[in-house]
Amino acid sequence: MFRAMAGEDVKRPISFTFEGRTVAAAPGMSVAAALLAEGITAFRQTAVSQSERGPFCMMGTCYDCVVLINGETVQACMTPVREGLIVARVPIVTQAQAS
Amino acid sequence: MATIVIGGGVVGLSVAYGLLKRGKEVIVLDGADDDFRASRGNFGLVWVQGKGANAPHYATWSRRSAALWSSFAQDLHAETGVDVDYQNAGGVEYFTDEAALQKQVETLSRLRDALGGDYPFDVLDHAALQERVPEIGPKVVGGIYTNMDGHVNPLYLLRALSIAVRKAGGTITTGTHVVKVDAQDRDFTVLLEDGTRIAGDALVLAAGLGAMELAHSLGFEAPIRPQQGQVLITEKLPFFLKYPSGTLRQVNEGGVQIGASKAEVGFDDDEDISTSAALAQHAIDVFPHLGQVKLLRSWAALRIMSPDGLPIYQRSPTALGASFMTCHSGITLAAAHANLMPDWVLESNAAPDVSQFSESRFHV
Repeated sequence: MFRAMAGEDVKRPISFTFEGRTVAAAPGMSVAAALLAEGITAFRQTAVSQSERGPFCMMGTCYDCVVLINGETVQACMTPVREGLIVARVPIVTQAQAS
Repeated sequence: MATIVIGGGVVGLSVAYGLLKRGKEVIVLDGADDDFRASRGNFGLVWVQGKGANAPHYATWSRRSAALWSSFAQDLHAETGVDVDYQNAGGVEYFTDEAALQKQVETLSRLRDALGGDYPFDVLDHAALQERVPEIGPKVVGGIYTNMDGHVNPLYLLRALSIAVRKAGGTITTGTHVVKVDAQDRDFTVLLEDGTRIAGDALVLAAGLGAMELAHSLGFEAPIRPQQGQVLITEKLPFFLKYPSGTLRQVNEGGVQIGASKAEVGFDDDEDISTSAALAQHAIDVFPHLGQVKLLRSWAALRIMSPDGLPIYQRSPTALGASFMTCHSGITLAAAHANLMPDWVLESNAAPDVSQFSESRFHV
């Protein structure tokens, strides 16, 4: 599992929310890094089996960390944190649920 | 003696599967990964609407296959454990141009008349369409719905067929390249590039565009050409789209597949930005909320197109026991190819009458 290279004592003055929960972050962190530092590892569920997914590559390749920000799905690992960001899980409606 | 099927795509595997069910020994010779493979690049529709607008027998044949699709998918699931996700809730063509909608309604009405009235479709204005598909945008003037259409996951279909063929005792040899075929009546020897020789008493040429290399030596004309189609696929989205169209469908895993261009560019299967942009614009015109979603992939593939766009089913005039099958709708027709065409290959009395799909139609 990913962990912070600088240790746990980095000042995290920025605050944003994930699914309503307040998350603290340091400037320059990605949303993914901030969530992981907060102990949040499951960012979304798969569309087919609804199994939990979180960051795998942290470099913009795997798309396993996508979250919803301002109505758009974005890669959490490629999105810098900003004060007041409202981050949510990507909603999942399966074919079976819809029909 | 074995029936040799040259071509391990959806067409070749479908007929191989059906031949195995009739107790034949079957050897499938599949090509290389970098061959042109329509079976891996297609759109996944089981589509009837609009097909055979000027050829009612093709409309009937497509519909006959579509009607066989449910049991075909169930058989494959039972035999292989692979669910190909066949959905048959019907399909909708979306129109952003009133004149184009009216023209298509006239075309389908003529076809319905030619088929004696048995060709159900509903013409929906914007409001009526919005009741069925609430996500349509203001540019959509209406649509045409029919319960004859459906869709499937074509990659799972390919996987299911290859498992089913092997389970039924068939042999699939991959990565082969057929150099030549020694063809005499009911006596065929296929020479592969690596020197291997394979003997059989019947042969089916179902090699897609690859058939052009071998066709003439077997007495076929094979007047086929590549027609490029490009498609896009989005990130996985909450499921919203029950009805596929000829250009938009949501696959069972959540992505929306957007297609499909048509370009006469020879053997070029590279995608280009301007085509991708036009496909994306069409998708957004129909479903504006797609403007916010990410595209994950785009690709191009080559259709196998005959001069009139219809399948070709031709028995060799020079070597008894050799047959040629090709089409650009291998998914739609897979159920017919698996259930009906083996009898044609085997020259049985139960064979469907596909004489209107022979090459003689190009001689007028």
